Amino acid sequence: MAFKTSLSCACNVFFRHFSRTTLKSSPITQPKFPGAKTSWTEKLQFTEPSQYTPIPVYRVMDRTGNILDATQEPQIKDEILLKMYKDMSVLNVMDKILYESQRQGRISFYMTNYGEEATHIGSAAALTLDDLVYGQYREAGVLMYRGFSLQDFVDQCYGNSDDKGRGKQMPVHYGSKDLNFVTISSPLTTQMPQAVGSAFALKGTNKVVVCYFGDGSASEGDAHAALNFSATLECPVIFFCRNNGYAISTPVNEQYRGDGIAGKGVSYGINTLRVDGNDVLAVYNVTKLAKEYAVKENKPVLIEAMTYRVGDHSTSDDSSAYRSPKEVADWATNDYPTKKFRYYLESKGLWNGDKEKQLLEQTKKDVMSAFSVGEKKLKPKWTEMYEDVYKFLPAHIRKQRDSMVEHLKKYKEHYPIDSFQK
Amino acid sequence: MASKGTLTVLNLAGAGKLLSRRAFSTTRLVGAKQMTVRDALNSALDEEMSRDEKVFILGEEVAQYDGAYKVTRGLWKKYGDKRVIDTPITEMGFAGIATGAAMSGLRPVCEFMTFNFAMQAIDQIINSAAKTFYMSAGRVNVPIVFRGPNGAASGVAAQHSQCYGSWYAHCPGLKVVSPYNSEDAKGLLKAAIRDPDPVVCLENELMYGVQYPMSDEALSSDFVLPIGKAKIERPGKHVTLVAHSKAVETCLEAAKELAGKGIEAEVINLRSLRPIDTDTINKSVVKTNHLISVEQGWPSCGIGSEILARLMESEAFYHLDQPALRLTGCDVPMPYTQSLETAALPRPVDVVDAVKRLLKVK
Repeated sequence: MAFKTSLSCACNVFFRHFSRTTLKSSPITQPKFPGAKTSWTEKLQFTEPSQYTPIPVYRVMDRTGNILDATQEPQIKDEILLKMYKDMSVLNVMDKILYESQRQGRISFYMTNYGEEATHIGSAAALTLDDLVYGQYREAGVLMYRGFSLQDFVDQCYGNSDDKGRGKQMPVHYGSKDLNFVTISSPLTTQMPQAVGSAFALKGTNKVVVCYFGDGSASEGDAHAALNFSATLECPVIFFCRNNGYAISTPVNEQYRGDGIAGKGVSYGINTLRVDGNDVLAVYNVTKLAKEYAVKENKPVLIEAMTYRVGDHSTSDDSSAYRSPKEVADWATNDYPTKKFRYYLESKGLWNGDKEKQLLEQTKKDVMSAFSVGEKKLKPKWTEMYEDVYKFLPAHIRKQRDSMVEHLKKYKEHYPIDSFQK
Repeated sequence: MASKGTLTVLNLAGAGKLLSRRAFSTTRLVGAKQMTVRDALNSALDEEMSRDEKVFILGEEVAQYDGAYKVTRGLWKKYGDKRVIDTPITEMGFAGIATGAAMSGLRPVCEFMTFNFAMQAIDQIINSAAKTFYMSAGRVNVPIVFRGPNGAASGVAAQHSQCYGSWYAHCPGLKVVSPYNSEDAKGLLKAAIRDPDPVVCLENELMYGVQYPMSDEALSSDFVLPIGKAKIERPGKHVTLVAHSKAVETCLEAAKELAGKGIEAEVINLRSLRPIDTDTINKSVVKTNHLISVEQGWPSCGIGSEILARLMESEAFYHLDQPALRLTGCDVPMPYTQSLETAALPRPVDVVDAVKRLLKVK
């Protein structure tokens, strides 16, 4: 007992002595906790979301294509401006025809890009071909801008012998190694941590990884992992969120309560931009800035492009069940990205009604011809279904293939073998 | 009885006798160097990292802390921050990052603190790593290794004690190895790192600290074991015991005891669960006419189920004198209580009993 008392006395003396001298010699003006970089306060109060000023939406044009601040007008060559506009229009025509082909039972599935054309083309134009793209699934315009032809799109949707994916993936799950576009993965948001991994591999090469995702994707745990890892591992990746208002039927007000997706970027320590996703010039500017920064600093950037999904989520969806036709019509009429861009091009004397008419007629012909060519092509050689499970065909898969070969020799009259490549 | 062929072990009476079951019988080769499984894995990683600069390790605490089980000891000091990377605690995150890095040409070794936690990342492993090569029609391969301790450890209950062998072995696109001793660990991990396809390497926590002899060949930096090839650990003629990982040890101990009764058991160490070496098993059955599979995983759709099914589909089936048996972990989440934990896994005595039953020997 005596020992214990004297020990505790000694401790008191020690701590009193210690703290007094420490305070005198170096007053602690900032908290020193390893996990905090901030100041002290003696006021007990919540930090309320309402005290926070939401990140504004950056734009270059108004709804009629007028440049609002001349210093912000990007210096893009006329031929590039025209390519951008044409691709946005072609995307639209292709969507209409392929959507219809699904409705007629010619392909199993399709997803349109209506209303989000500017997010695709504006960002694609600000990148180079050696930048690596991870799409979510609604980024056909990005792929088109990089050089995927109408025939490539149609061949993939048909899974015919010229499909780069050899008929192994669902329609619209495009991929192209030549165009640095990673094959689309159906489970939502898996592409985000993978993009960070690729960016890690590309560090210091002056290339950037661009990873598209949606407002719904941002709720997946993968999104948290990707944003946090990109910040801590310092990877040159641009996260490009297409916030189009709906995750299939879930509206954004049920998806999150904070300042959208952009609001999260800052709290991960990531430089963040919010942009009018229906303004192709603004999307171009933010993506260009993001790339310059990401490559120079080896750090991530988050872009939230605000837009509206004018089409249904996919051919498996009927959006009239959860939103009014009037709401859709408003966006399709008043703030359609292609229209806004057209006004701008017309004001520069680069476009007019005749050119528009000619473009649409020609595009329709081109799509229809790609369509009929694609439909007639043979299916990939059927033995391909056994390939590419592993780099080298393992014995058990070879056995399965060989027994199928034998089976078809015997019973070929029961199979549509002529529709496959020999 | 719904599963007549299955012996799930829950024999409380026998539990007390087996307290000394962690005394390992390692055959000491004269002059052979001894090495722990941990050091064997560590040297595999070290050798492959120095052989190929695309190889890097990532996971939780793998760098400065040397890994939760010290498998990556010294590698951060030797190879630095770029090659040995600590990540925040998000399994799906670093598994996804590893997958992306592999798709972009690197050769990541992704360490899970245990495979129990890899459940958080299973979507990345199956849906992305395993399927991307196929989905890209052979254009993008994913040369990646997912590794870490698997199966039951000791006193860590249900959420740290599960065997994921059959989970991963189920999936085309993946290869799955499950080393038993130090030679296995080194040779299989090196093969996994060099493989162009994604490989899951299921280690066992209880084996990390156990020493096994290493042949001169196994000590060489060129030592690689073929994935998909089993090893006959002990030849015999009366019964075939097939196992992987720690259950191999259970079988070897049982075989030793059976030898004293004049029963020669052939013990096959699977080494690889996908592809599975059906030929070696079937050849053995043709010789012994009896088969028992032994594993620590659960019975339903397990590795044993697969072995028996494949045997039944082969000509070797006609060589069986008795229906084959599966000896598996008990069909319950792992209990925490030590006596129950012991009873929930196949023990040498259970193997001995099963063999006697099968051979109708008293």
